[in-house]
Amino acid sequence: MAVLNVNPTRMELTRLKKQLNTALRGHKLLKDKRDELMRQFLDTVREVKVMREETEKKINLVHTHFLLASSVMSKETLDAALMFPKQEVFLETGKKNIMSVDIPTYDYKTRTGEQSDIYAYGFASTSFELDDAVGGLAELLPQLLILAEKEKAVKLMADEIEKTRRRVNALEHVLIPRYQDTIHFIAGKLEENERSSRARLMKVKDMMIEEQITYKRNHPDAV
Amino acid sequence: MWKGCVNCMVKIAVIGDNESIKGFAAVGLEIFPCERDEDAPALLKRVVDAGYGVLYITEHYATVLSKEIEKLNRQFSPSVVPIPGVSGNTGIGRQQLKAAVEKAVGSDIIFHS
Repeated sequence: MAVLNVNPTRMELTRLKKQLNTALRGHKLLKDKRDELMRQFLDTVREVKVMREETEKKINLVHTHFLLASSVMSKETLDAALMFPKQEVFLETGKKNIMSVDIPTYDYKTRTGEQSDIYAYGFASTSFELDDAVGGLAELLPQLLILAEKEKAVKLMADEIEKTRRRVNALEHVLIPRYQDTIHFIAGKLEENERSSRARLMKVKDMMIEEQITYKRNHPDAV
Repeated sequence: MWKGCVNCMVKIAVIGDNESIKGFAAVGLEIFPCERDEDAPALLKRVVDAGYGVLYITEHYATVLSKEIEKLNRQFSPSVVPIPGVSGNTGIGRQQLKAAVEKAVGSDIIFHS
């Protein structure tokens, strides 16, 4: 039994009871938070798993196209073709709050809106493999951004779940039992005090009555 | 720095060996080629300080920089995403997710392999 180091007084008892109530309510809330976070976390992780596998496959495909392009074209032409991009991507970041975890959201804007307007080179001097590679990458970009957003969400949520779980456990296994034990201890102590003072009172009463009886016996003519 | 503001325009950086990432320049991302492992931490620090919102790092450098990335993963920004480079897939992206699941759930129930 772990009892806090407090004075066993009635005031302390009320204070502890209030704290226990708060702790119980906090425990329930945190438990709910943990459960909901876990549900959303698992949903997101399953999504991310599929997405990552898909994206990795596609990136590998893009790399293959680049490899093919570089085998057909000279290094200088390839570098020159890629050196001055037409396209520019800006990210607009926002914040989303899932169960008190701040998660970034990305909304991307490109300088040239047209999907076919991304090629920054003339088609004459480059191979079609390069077009495939650049086109594939441009198509992949939105997916990459969603992946970034979701993976960040997964990592932040994992952190928060760990923290919440520790808090729930600390409340459940340490704080709440300690409060309960202390309340039990103080209640017991107070009852004990009450009993002892009652016994003392009874004893005093007995003594007083006895005193009166002896007094009356010694002074029979007193009123 | 843009930290703390609600809606901001940020840019995307790609870190890795030149061969793997030069294609990303064509679609408008900013590339930071890195040829030696020793230069990677300084480069990462420079990119993070410059306030990029999303970093794509090729798997080779993600392995080299795993300690730094671990730190960044706890922050709100930036997002660090490992991507496969030309040398192939090492599976560190998967591993990071696996670690996150283990941290949250206690044991890996999604990727178990």
